[in-house]
Amino acid sequence: MAIGVSVVGRSFKYHRPRGVFSAGVEEPIALIQLGSGPQTQPNMPATAVELSDGLVANSVHCWPNVNRDIGALAQWLSPFMPAGFYYKTFMWPARRWMVYERYIRNAAGLGTAPTEADPDIYDKMHVHCDVLVIGGGPAGLAAALAAGRSGARVIVADQQPEFGGQLLGERLEIDGGPAMAWVAAALDELAGMDEVGLLPRTTAFGYYDHNFVALLERRPIAAAETGRLARECLWKVRAKQVVLATGAIERPLIFANNDRPGVMLANAARTYVNRYAVAPGNTVVVFTNNDDAYRTAIVLAEVGVKVPALVDVRAFAPGALREQVSAHGIEVLNGWSVINAHGGRRVRMVDVVALDEAGAAASGSRRSIDCDTVAVSGGWNPAVHLFSQSGGKLRFDNARACFVPDVSVQSERSAGSCAGIFNLDGCLEAGFEVGAAAAADAGFTHGARPKRPRAEAPEEQPMRPLLWVPPPSNGKRFGKHFVDLHNDVTIADIELARHEGYESVELTKRYTTLGMGLDQGKTGNVHGLAVLAEARGNPIPAVGTTTFRPPYTPVSFGALAGRDVGDLYDPSRRTPMHRWHEQAGAVFEDVGQWKRPRYYPRSGETMGDAVDRECLAARHAVGILDASTLGKIDIQGPDAAEFLNRVYTNAWDRLPVGRCRYGLMCTDDGMVFDDGVTARLGDAHYLMSTTSGGAGRVLSWLEEWLQTEWPTLKVYLNSVTESWATASVSGPLARALLAGLTKTDLSADAFPHLGVREAVVAHLPARIFRVSFTGEVSFEISVPARYGMALWTTLMEAGQAYGITPFGTEAMHVLRAEKGYIITGQDTDGSVTPIDLGMDWIVSKKKDFLGRRSLNRVDAMRPDRKQLVGLLTDDPSDVLPEGAQIVGEKLPQPPMPMIGHVTSSYYSANLGRSIALALIKGGRDRIGKTVFAPLVDRTVSAVIVKPGFYDPEGARLHA
Amino acid sequence: MLLIPCPWCGLRDEVEFKYGGEAHNNRPLVPDVHDDTAWAAYLFMKKNPKGLHLERWVHAAGCRRWFNVARDTVSNRIDGSYKIGEKPPAIAAETEESA
Amino acid sequence: MTRYSVFSLVRNGLKGHRAWPRAWRRAEPRRSYQVIVIGGGGHGLATAYYLAKEHGITDVAVVEKSAIGLGNTGRNTTIIRSNYLWDESAALYEKSLKLFEGLTEDLNFNQMLSQRGVINLAHTLHDLRDLERRVNAIRLNGIDSEILSVEQVKAMVPILNTSPNARYPVLGASLQRRGGVSRHDAAAWGLARAASARGVDIIENCEVTAILRDGDHVTGVETTRGPIKAPKVAIAAAAHTSHLASMAGLRLPIETHPLQALVSEPLKPLIDCVVMSNQVHVYLSQSDKGELVIGAGIDPYVSYASRGSLPVIEDQMQALVHLYPVVSRLRMLRQWAGNVDVCPDASPIISLTPVRGLYINGGWGTGGWKATPGSGWVFAHTIAQDRPHPLNEPFSLERFTTGALIDEHGAAAVAH
Repeated sequence: MAIGVSVVGRSFKYHRPRGVFSAGVEEPIALIQLGSGPQTQPNMPATAVELSDGLVANSVHCWPNVNRDIGALAQWLSPFMPAGFYYKTFMWPARRWMVYERYIRNAAGLGTAPTEADPDIYDKMHVHCDVLVIGGGPAGLAAALAAGRSGARVIVADQQPEFGGQLLGERLEIDGGPAMAWVAAALDELAGMDEVGLLPRTTAFGYYDHNFVALLERRPIAAAETGRLARECLWKVRAKQVVLATGAIERPLIFANNDRPGVMLANAARTYVNRYAVAPGNTVVVFTNNDDAYRTAIVLAEVGVKVPALVDVRAFAPGALREQVSAHGIEVLNGWSVINAHGGRRVRMVDVVALDEAGAAASGSRRSIDCDTVAVSGGWNPAVHLFSQSGGKLRFDNARACFVPDVSVQSERSAGSCAGIFNLDGCLEAGFEVGAAAAADAGFTHGARPKRPRAEAPEEQPMRPLLWVPPPSNGKRFGKHFVDLHNDVTIADIELARHEGYESVELTKRYTTLGMGLDQGKTGNVHGLAVLAEARGNPIPAVGTTTFRPPYTPVSFGALAGRDVGDLYDPSRRTPMHRWHEQAGAVFEDVGQWKRPRYYPRSGETMGDAVDRECLAARHAVGILDASTLGKIDIQGPDAAEFLNRVYTNAWDRLPVGRCRYGLMCTDDGMVFDDGVTARLGDAHYLMSTTSGGAGRVLSWLEEWLQTEWPTLKVYLNSVTESWATASVSGPLARALLAGLTKTDLSADAFPHLGVREAVVAHLPARIFRVSFTGEVSFEISVPARYGMALWTTLMEAGQAYGITPFGTEAMHVLRAEKGYIITGQDTDGSVTPIDLGMDWIVSKKKDFLGRRSLNRVDAMRPDRKQLVGLLTDDPSDVLPEGAQIVGEKLPQPPMPMIGHVTSSYYSANLGRSIALALIKGGRDRIGKTVFAPLVDRTVSAVIVKPGFYDPEGARLHA
Repeated sequence: MLLIPCPWCGLRDEVEFKYGGEAHNNRPLVPDVHDDTAWAAYLFMKKNPKGLHLERWVHAAGCRRWFNVARDTVSNRIDGSYKIGEKPPAIAAETEESA
Repeated sequence: MTRYSVFSLVRNGLKGHRAWPRAWRRAEPRRSYQVIVIGGGGHGLATAYYLAKEHGITDVAVVEKSAIGLGNTGRNTTIIRSNYLWDESAALYEKSLKLFEGLTEDLNFNQMLSQRGVINLAHTLHDLRDLERRVNAIRLNGIDSEILSVEQVKAMVPILNTSPNARYPVLGASLQRRGGVSRHDAAAWGLARAASARGVDIIENCEVTAILRDGDHVTGVETTRGPIKAPKVAIAAAAHTSHLASMAGLRLPIETHPLQALVSEPLKPLIDCVVMSNQVHVYLSQSDKGELVIGAGIDPYVSYASRGSLPVIEDQMQALVHLYPVVSRLRMLRQWAGNVDVCPDASPIISLTPVRGLYINGGWGTGGWKATPGSGWVFAHTIAQDRPHPLNEPFSLERFTTGALIDEHGAAAVAH
């Protein structure tokens, strides 16, 4: 502004040139693309950006440049682009919206996103406090002082880099001295209090349930650039009490072409002079409906800006202020109105008209006044956004035509201008009172109450609650009267919406896009409501208010995400042997949060080669699998067996100590939920294993039943997954391998299948479980987690002689599928019962268990339910894709009725052919029948067989 | 974000808890005596009221205890919490009146 | 009904747009109707429209407690698709998608239907299996669906992080080309306008306070604007379904939860299709105005507060930045919540009830928007014929008793 830049951007819809309208975050039009490269920031309100050396800013939404913008042609079409015009057109030819859409999308939008990842980092803080004061203006600082002096823990946050709020742009006095001197003293005092924290550059943007307030702190640019200091910090504050001192936002008066560069809020014009020593223009017409803009006229005149006229829609004049204005040689036009602004890229002249006696029509004499700036004031809107977000109810103050807080719902109080107190002395008074009351409610009553400072409280003449200029006596308005400067919504748009029946304020907003822009209508929403109210013939309170939704000002996604991005997006869990797997070149897969080796390719091997080799080794020599990820839940207590009876489908009372059993768990609606082997370690001591991904879920599930339904059972659960590292050795040579490392008798008679022993393995305390997921003789050896790597490397060394081969989850899946063993979550999907799996043998008929009753419902007993079967493709080399759908008969093209799908499918090197498991409707009755899998590129035929392709008698398992 | 009173640990942030649905929907002791409709009512049917809701929560990232909360589903105001097996304060008062 | 077209727009433009008629008539409640539809959201309006259009029943009142289209119809992320796993769901949502494809012309109201493609990402082997299963099922149901390689996804969504070293790398994706977005307000307004033109009364600011019965037969409703008689009453009130059903003594398998969504500041085109992910849970598209439109899962607890909790948004943003690292500096402009009515199997109820003449259409959970015209179409049939259409027969209340759930949570379990 100091170097004479007028046009900062182009408007959203019509591409009209736009300048600077405000001096704060409420800015609707002066939007810039800040910076460049990966740190560019689109759509920043220029009025809220701190200047710094080397700052780069560009205009958005214009081409080729902001002064000459092709898009401005849209203005010529504007008569045919009223509110919601796009709902009425672009319908020809039929179904060709996407052709139009391509152009519309390119024309819309404002700034441009970065094209590289954000190099910056973001922090989060979680804090509790007694009193959170939002806003560091006079009311907020007074409240903070009052609360702080009581000893309460206080946080004061202000969105600006400096505290002082409105005082920063004023030349007011407190206790006879400059107001900013009082601000400095207050900050000194607050800084000296141990329990008080000051947060400048921090915007409270969301007020959520139970006095939870979210604030965004922006770190100073210089600090953020000098290292790894977070660019922004999200403060999550739980406050016992909140003091809202969020101030008020000045609003304009609406007249024709009120968007011309040079039209700005009167208080902003004053702020640029007082705070930044910048004159907003050379010749300024002031236009107001209230006293406050008189001060702007005086300030401007004092610094030598030419003020040809002050136009006041009120017929009367405020005594003292008017005299001061006149003393500066400014002509005061009472009962007049600005009706139009002329000019292209800058205002050059305004038309002013005398209003009739009632002030209802602009029908009197008319003049034009040359000027390059119009400073407008239509009064103030209290910033009730956070109050409203908290659930508080608003009340419309007719005298000042604004919403003020009425009924509080949460533990908060409003102080100062956000509560509708528009003079400094009143703000100070309210601040001290509310701050002390908030502290008292938080339990801090002993603060001394010193004399509060005083400020001048000049007598104010009432404003005239008129927000847009009356039409001429013929009622016809010419030119665009902008209500929402950001989205180019005019008075005519709102009237059209009402006229077409979109008369609920929410519908009007949606139809016109009023208040939906970057500024969320901070300077225009009340006008929109007033226009709608008049069009409907209702008072404003009857029309209602729109909902204030978070955030108060935009918040970066990065700040909301914080540090939980990149590798830290989700914790990854690694077993104690992880490093070995990495060094062995394992390819990992994500299983829940775990990283599990999927296969261990040797150089030159494909995945298929590696998996074949691993599978063959496990059946012909010995394979080793890291099974540490399986969930392990330690269950103790005299009622543990009864507890297992209730959660598993099978019976547990007779399981002896030293033995294990496989169990299946259902939800209470009868669907398979998880499975695993549980071992009895002692009289009242069991160890349950779960799937790797299901461990947490199963523990929570067991705890829920135990605590809520069966609190009388004496059972104690403990997750011990991470306490143990487990290596499973599997294959015909597994016994020989292990025998060399332990004294425990491993013979089939002494240690049969499903036995469990406490043992010493490789000098390590261990538990050995003879359980198998491969169908071979297998020993799962668990040692305390810290010995996991020692166990693994010892087994690998000792295993060299036996051709030991580490295998991953993929080979494990193949091996278990060869045996027809299920994986819950892969061969089940939450809609499968134990009966569907053909596991009737594990479903007790003699006792109740979770899910049992549901198995007797009509649908659970349907004969054509999907049942687990095996599939053998006619071409043994063709491996069906998992997820392939199965049809009973081939049709030339879809739709084709499906009878099931493939749940697991592999090439089995041991069998020399492909195998698959599938869920097929009435599958067990279809054994021997041929079915088809119609894929995109081919149709595969296969025969339904019993699941279980390898060693169905289990001879190898029991060997 | 809700502030939930765990009867064992005191007031804690919502993120420490898991929600467990409507409270006092106890599993029938002898499921077999219930017909499919009654069983469906236990499994699936919900009061889902606008207003006071007695609901279960578990302090999953804390003491891992399940307990009940009386919360208003329109305002999210929490009127209190009580341990499993205890009666909600309001219901206790009602029972006393009727007795 | 004045026809909307570029010509009528120009004609009215020359007259200062003063001659446009109301989009839908302002109606006062009459004493009785043949059918009362409770709820002036998309589903209720579609029901009324198809009652009039398909069944010739125009003596219909839509009663709405505030203004039309402001519930979940006005709060969703505008995504439409029919890529559902189960046959029953696929058929229902495909019916809806087909209706969407002709809705602009049918209603003479631009729906801004943008079939820009819906992509579902897979991040684990489990996801990939699930994806394959879905794509095959959808394809064999005669609905377009295909698998994309990582390279193909990257070509369609250049801002997507496809690094194999990502915490959850993208391993593949599915694509429904006919999926996309459609302007939510346009559906509500267009349906209201077309229904009104066919004689349906759309009565705003009229809240139902009781459902009137004579024995086991419904006879009408009591409202804040007086009693209205009708032999058929149809509830299409989303979050308020349980509340209304309880007025007729019914308890439903429905819970009401907050569902949050948010938009960014407006930006020049950044992403051309809709992308969803389950494992890294967030979905993203860009509106024609340039805002990124972002949603994810529901808040866990029952609430009618139309507000959710910040941690849910934080989780969404973590997922968002994980998938699209370039958006980190972009900013959330507005966040909001709707209240969604969730069934235990994540499928809706479109059904007769034990009260004769009372029909229920609810429990849509997070999937209601995309079903809007299809839901209305089958519900209108159910009301007019007093029996379900084959498309909604599986979605009866009965299924909770028989156990024939249509569990669209899918294979959410991760095991082994």
